[in-house]
Amino acid sequence: MSNRFKSRYDDDINLFEGRWHLAQYAILMALLVAAPWLLGTYYLGELTAVLVWSLAGLGLMLISGHTGQVSLGHAAFMAIGAFTNLALMLRGWHFLPALLASAVTSGVIGAIISRPILRMSGIYLAIATLALSIIIEDVAIIAEPITGGVAGVFAPPIALFGMEIDRYATPEAFYYLCLAVLVLVTLGYLNLLRSASGRSFLAVRDSEVSARALGVNVARAKTLSFSLSCAITGLAGALYAHLAQAVNYESFLVLISITLLLQVVIGGLGSVHGAFFGAIVVVLLPQLIAIARDFFDNAAGIKIAAYPGMDTALFALLILLMVIYEPRGLYGVWFKVRTWLQLFPLYRKGMFRRTRTYLKTERQR
Amino acid sequence: MDILQLLVSGIANGCIYGLLALGFVLIYKASEAVNFAQGDMMMLGAFLGVTFINTSYADLPFLVGITLAALILGLFGYLLDRFVLRAIFGQPQFAMVILTIALGFLIRFVAGVIWGHDPTSLETPFIGLVWTVGELIIPVVDAVIIITTVALTAILYFFFARTRLGVAMQASSQNQMAAYYMGIPVKRINAIVWALSGVVAAIAGVMFAAKGAVEPSVGLLFGIKAFAAAVIGGLGSLPGALLGGLLVGIVEPFAGRYLPSGVGQIAPYVLMLLVLILRPGGLFAQISQKKV
Repeated sequence: MSNRFKSRYDDDINLFEGRWHLAQYAILMALLVAAPWLLGTYYLGELTAVLVWSLAGLGLMLISGHTGQVSLGHAAFMAIGAFTNLALMLRGWHFLPALLASAVTSGVIGAIISRPILRMSGIYLAIATLALSIIIEDVAIIAEPITGGVAGVFAPPIALFGMEIDRYATPEAFYYLCLAVLVLVTLGYLNLLRSASGRSFLAVRDSEVSARALGVNVARAKTLSFSLSCAITGLAGALYAHLAQAVNYESFLVLISITLLLQVVIGGLGSVHGAFFGAIVVVLLPQLIAIARDFFDNAAGIKIAAYPGMDTALFALLILLMVIYEPRGLYGVWFKVRTWLQLFPLYRKGMFRRTRTYLKTERQR
Repeated sequence: MDILQLLVSGIANGCIYGLLALGFVLIYKASEAVNFAQGDMMMLGAFLGVTFINTSYADLPFLVGITLAALILGLFGYLLDRFVLRAIFGQPQFAMVILTIALGFLIRFVAGVIWGHDPTSLETPFIGLVWTVGELIIPVVDAVIIITTVALTAILYFFFARTRLGVAMQASSQNQMAAYYMGIPVKRINAIVWALSGVVAAIAGVMFAAKGAVEPSVGLLFGIKAFAAAVIGGLGSLPGALLGGLLVGIVEPFAGRYLPSGVGQIAPYVLMLLVLILRPGGLFAQISQKKV
């Protein structure tokens, strides 16, 4: 166990707490860079999917985890990002400007929408964003010149730095592209969180009334957070379009919005790690089930394949147990394990006991 | 005449939305939780009705079947609250949202395993019967649905306004701590409310299966629409839920008929967003600004 004495104010906001912490992330980064040599093509594709969903999760985490406004409609902004990117690329734009444009479009649309929507809070906000997600599904069919109507649009290959990047022809190049975007966004996110704006988001999450009393412009903080969150999700949508190679209205059903929220919850609301943990679970759970299915079919003779929707059900069960036993999500589990290791013989059972609270009415806001 | 015909079918549909919205409002009124699995509970009720009433299954009389379905789903609701939801008693509202979404996924999966994924209809004694008033054709199913809904709403309204249990439920919804101090068994009240909402969901489900066909995934979108109805009426107001249901039910066929295709389906949600933006608490608002 190590004790760290903070001798400068910077110690509180440094990205890395000392050398060992930095080394851990350097090792993780090295592993990620080496992944194309360590994994087969199929699992590299899965890892790319994890990166893309992490990015989407980060977007949702900003508004739901760090600003406390639950959104059940972020697939809508993935759709906006994806369709903007593809429509611009098909009209001859280069990939990078088109990627930026999808972030900007989602962000601006998010900012416009956020003003009326963020006046609501709690459950009403969740419902309004859910409705938004359903409406976007139909808009994706109606706006045919941009979205290709029911048939959807196919993703053109990406030309970048003289290379042709394609998900199937050059999976490593696409993987590195996603990794680069994700790392840049994550660093930006961490920087945002330690800035004045990021702190105002946290203040709004913890108590709107006290945030206002401390001079935080609550409406501005919410709008900024929502719009940045939409921009990040839009980026994820654009990358997702290239990952899936073809998108139509069905790629961004309301179910995706719900899954995205569940992903963030299972990862752990209010932690950057959570977005990544959640994405790992969401992408790899179907894989695990497929492996388990083969095992059961061969060894035990139980036909799991006879029950469609098994992965969703297991996912739901996981959420259920998580909400009841570990509300901080996988990040909470990880945090406890880490604390146990750090304090090795001194860990006490009641350390993370939750305090009992009683429901206060939300009818008076 | 055309308009009247659309209106009749819209009202009947709206009544089912209204019934389901009643279930939302009941739970919201008592515990300020929102049950995102309500649509799936309705689906479960519909399948229970089909199981008890259809000739290929138990082949019981209609009224017996609907009573059994309502009782079983009521018990289901009670046990759900007693053994699952009580574990997160007192946690933020948001935890309940996530929990019920997950529950909905599970119920859908279980229903798919038990009853399969083919659309199934309910065989009612009044199947295919119609009343003709002038040129207007009123299916008896629609009439039954409308009458049932009005009766149920009236009963629930008086239950909440006049009975001890109803008033206790209202008290526990406003402030659980204070209600507990006044000697109200808050936890048991919650369980009873969930049972009640299960009963309402079962009746809505049976009506739904009598009018159309039921399959496991029907609950999600139908539930969201009913939810839109509850929000339009203002969560927490029983007559509001019914009115919201009627509005959604009526807007849908008219928008589908007179607006360009594609716009019709989203009309209920647009209506809900408009209500939320213009009158955030719904038409019968119960939210008031906090004074600091």
